[in-house]
Amino acid sequence: MEYVGKLFMILLSTLLVNNFVLSRFLGICPFLGVSKKVSTALGMGAAVTFVMALASLITYIVQYAILETLGLGYLQTIAFILVIAALVQFVEMVIQKTSPTLYQALGVYLPLITTNCAVLGVAIINIQEKYDLLQTLINGTGAALGFTLALVLMAGIRERLELSDIPEPLKGFPITLITAGLMSVAFLGFQGLIK
Amino acid sequence: MIKDILMPIISLGGMSILFGAGLAFASQKFAVDSDPREEEVREALPGANCGACGYPGCDGFAAAVVAGEAPIAGCPVGGASVAQKLGEIMGVEVDTIDRQVAKVLCAGDCDNAPLKYQYQGIEDCVAAAMLADGPKECSYGCLGLGTCVRACPFDAIYINDKGIAEVDVDKCTSCEKCVAACPKNLIEMIPVSSLVQVMCKSEDKGKEVRTACKVGCIGCRICEKACLFDAIKVEDNVARIDYDKCVNCMVCAEKCPTKSIYADFDSRKVAFIEEDKCTGCTACKRACKFDAIEGNVREVHTVIEDKCTGCQECVKKCRFDAIIMK
Repeated sequence: MEYVGKLFMILLSTLLVNNFVLSRFLGICPFLGVSKKVSTALGMGAAVTFVMALASLITYIVQYAILETLGLGYLQTIAFILVIAALVQFVEMVIQKTSPTLYQALGVYLPLITTNCAVLGVAIINIQEKYDLLQTLINGTGAALGFTLALVLMAGIRERLELSDIPEPLKGFPITLITAGLMSVAFLGFQGLIK
Repeated sequence: MIKDILMPIISLGGMSILFGAGLAFASQKFAVDSDPREEEVREALPGANCGACGYPGCDGFAAAVVAGEAPIAGCPVGGASVAQKLGEIMGVEVDTIDRQVAKVLCAGDCDNAPLKYQYQGIEDCVAAAMLADGPKECSYGCLGLGTCVRACPFDAIYINDKGIAEVDVDKCTSCEKCVAACPKNLIEMIPVSSLVQVMCKSEDKGKEVRTACKVGCIGCRICEKACLFDAIKVEDNVARIDYDKCVNCMVCAEKCPTKSIYADFDSRKVAFIEEDKCTGCTACKRACKFDAIEGNVREVHTVIEDKCTGCQECVKKCRFDAIIMK
């Protein structure tokens, strides 16, 4: 029971308290780039969720089955990026086949998941926190859901911003950055949730 | 020592090969059939994603061109040069479509059209038009406050020294932003080759037009009767030209009593018959609606320059390419 509780804590903490985008400031590039429409934000979120969850799993296996046993801990970064890059390529192919519209909407940000610090970040944090396999999976999924949450919230706000009366110099990215900052401050409110 | 070097190589290399094989398999499984020409067409387009072609951006247009749905010359921004390139990629002959350019159809400048009050509000046509249809006596005239100038993303419109908006034909990309911006609906898209335009859109009765503007169309129908090509019609008290029928003979502009029809008389050409090619078949003589060609059967024909209006009907009729426009 205690173990299940811990899993829940991990999920909650990575989803809200340590939200990857708004608290850890990882994955800012797609956060600003793909958050123009809720539908593309959801698509991007789904792609990242898939990549993150699978990357968490595979990097865990790579870390403990290959790197640790062979004493090659120093290859962690390059090995993880190799895993992530292959996964992203795979996701790209699947999306291009299944939904060309989503593929077009995501544009350059899809291959950019390859070097997305959020994906690499979650893989490295999993190892640092010494999570076991299930915890790793939960942490990866939770982080991705947190990323999706931030992205969709942002997209919802930006869809409204499109129609609101904004001072000329603030139009476009300036107001978006201010919004991102305010959202980050709001998410600070979750800090006391978990000790 | 050797192990320290070999192990990373083997482990990383092994992983790479594994992933590579997986991806190779996936790429076969999820292969998308795409026409390589689509990429080429996309490359040849300007890439402004302006949507003036009616498709969602340049990608959409490229896909439509390859699918054969869109015309090769469908990109108004790229114009003839892009159409040429697309024609080469698609392997089709380019049927050159006459480029459409914006034209402000009002000649009621400060010399011709009196004001009914002095406007001192916001420098914007939309604002001025709200005050009793604008400061001009003519409620259809160009207000010259530059709403279209600001709407133009290509710097192709300016207000001339007489206070009327004018389009720089070379810079115009037919995006039609000015057409939408003008509160008086004075801007129309006109084929760039057209040399004759009615420079008035006033639907008022002749008498009212007379008091409001010196060069307004009074709807007298003289042009309608003068046109031998059925190309100009008076509707709602204003003459309108059908540019598909107009041959730029400029007769209407000559006949117009108020000079409200603009014609580029400097560009007017006169037919010339080359003696060595003319067989005296009389086809041109019969085609000429202005009796400007004289000559007998089997004799070289000549053009009476004073009568020729440059309508080019004879050029179209001549089977021997004997007539050129000079």
